[in-house]
Amino acid sequence: MCLVMVENLKVSYGNEVVLKNVNLQIPHNKITVIIGPSGCGKTTLLKCLNRLIELQDDVNISGNISIDGEPVFDPDIDVTALRKKMGLLAQKPYPLPMSIYDNVAYGPRIHGIKKKKVLNEIVEKNLKAVGLWEEIKHRLKDPASTLSIGQQQRLCLARCLAVSPDVVLCDEPTSALDPFSAQKIEETLLELKKDYTIVLVTHNLRRAKRLADYVGFIFMGELIEQGEKKAFFEHPQNERTKAYISGEKYFESEEYGESGEQSIPEPGMVITPPPLYNQKGYKMGFISPSAKED
Amino acid sequence: MERRHIEEKVFKVLMIAATLVILGSLFSVIVVILFKGVGALSISMITQIPRGGYYLGKEGGILNAIVGSLYLAAGATCAALLFSVPIAFSLQKEYLNPQVSNVVRLSLDVLWGVPSIIYGVFGFTIMLYLGLRASLLGGIVALTLLELPIMVRAMDEVLKMVPLELKEVSYTLGANRFETMFKVVSKQALPGMMSAVILAFGRGIGDAASILFTAGYTDYIPHSLFEPVASLPLAVFFQLGTPFPEVQERAYASALILLAMVLFLIVLSRLLTRRVTKYVVR
Repeated sequence: MCLVMVENLKVSYGNEVVLKNVNLQIPHNKITVIIGPSGCGKTTLLKCLNRLIELQDDVNISGNISIDGEPVFDPDIDVTALRKKMGLLAQKPYPLPMSIYDNVAYGPRIHGIKKKKVLNEIVEKNLKAVGLWEEIKHRLKDPASTLSIGQQQRLCLARCLAVSPDVVLCDEPTSALDPFSAQKIEETLLELKKDYTIVLVTHNLRRAKRLADYVGFIFMGELIEQGEKKAFFEHPQNERTKAYISGEKYFESEEYGESGEQSIPEPGMVITPPPLYNQKGYKMGFISPSAKED
Repeated sequence: MERRHIEEKVFKVLMIAATLVILGSLFSVIVVILFKGVGALSISMITQIPRGGYYLGKEGGILNAIVGSLYLAAGATCAALLFSVPIAFSLQKEYLNPQVSNVVRLSLDVLWGVPSIIYGVFGFTIMLYLGLRASLLGGIVALTLLELPIMVRAMDEVLKMVPLELKEVSYTLGANRFETMFKVVSKQALPGMMSAVILAFGRGIGDAASILFTAGYTDYIPHSLFEPVASLPLAVFFQLGTPFPEVQERAYASALILLAMVLFLIVLSRLLTRRVTKYVVR
């Protein structure tokens, strides 16, 4: 059963079209991974799902998104209730200017939970869910900004879970983190799919393969292909999907270089340089959204 | 030497020079006032109101002006704060169309630039029309008008600087505009907003022209809002205008007291700011 349906979504900033003809089904209690090169509109898609996109200036949206049958862009719905349902974990951790405790308790508090005991339970439960409780239980009153980046990102995930959303939207949540913290986040996400529907945006194919149940590929604002992980990676239908997936090693090595993650080959895996890279100049062009397709 | 290295050196020298000019002017103001005024400074200066013949060089102090200045500046700062917090928040693009808010900002900048004597004359005209005498209330109103644009614009700039990502976090958790603004944005902007208050307070306590007609001057400490009130800037002005060297020296002493009060408040606010910056996310 699909929890979220995206139909004919088109988004433009001013005259620049960022997303067009996006049709996507997001299945219940699965991890849906949206892959695609940088700047292809993945983040915009996520921000449409919880209407955060409306904070941008000069944005035009057409098409439909429904969550559990409820239309997202209906002007009459309560946006705050929608956003409570759709948690978002951003690319970079952004702790609120408060203590660690208050960061997690902020969401429940604005939704009317006042009792200290209940709040304590929520904080403890969610910090445990992201594996942070043991590390920081003795310093809950410290400013959240004193945590390391990896801890901050896990705190952000706990904060997002504290309002008990239905869907957790993750925008490349591990790209700014060290491999250890990234792994913890990934493990947590796999844990969480029991209770939550997760949408993860990434341009890292290996991460997509590790985490995904369902995959969508966006390229230059269009949803090119979607399907179950196995079918998607083993028998891609579209040429562009094939090219993107086969360029995996090249893309990955570059991303690891940027983000400081180490490219540790998995056992039994042979890393070969991407074929035909220099002769055709093919993959290099592919990465940039402004490049022409060949 | 390469051109870019020379540029680097030149700018370093310019920066050091700029720093020295600023520190030097602060230092020289303090030193000059200190040397000229310290001789006349005494306990009675700050604990007594003028006795008979004070302006001829006899007994007494300027407690009336010290208390009066604090009344005026504190009253005006509180009143300005009451108005400027909602105004500054409503200028943000969450609440107001940027085209409109920019017109408001421009108007506030013009008001900021209006000489304070104009606020004084304006306040005086209104008071004449209402049949009021120079009083503490009149002075507070005139100073509020003077402080308001400064406080609003300074707060506005700080609020504008709060990153969109932080607001997004709050919205994502299902907060509405009000909760986002007053529970998250205000916390992030609090140190800057305190600076705005101090900036406005400093302007208010040091201003003479706007209270010249509106607050008047008296040798007594006012007991109600409708009595005239003395102030330190005017105390300096009147004492320096007398022909007696002893009284002129007391003008410098009064200036020294004013300076010390402002410095004390700035240091105090810095210490307070340090406490509230603890949670600010950089």
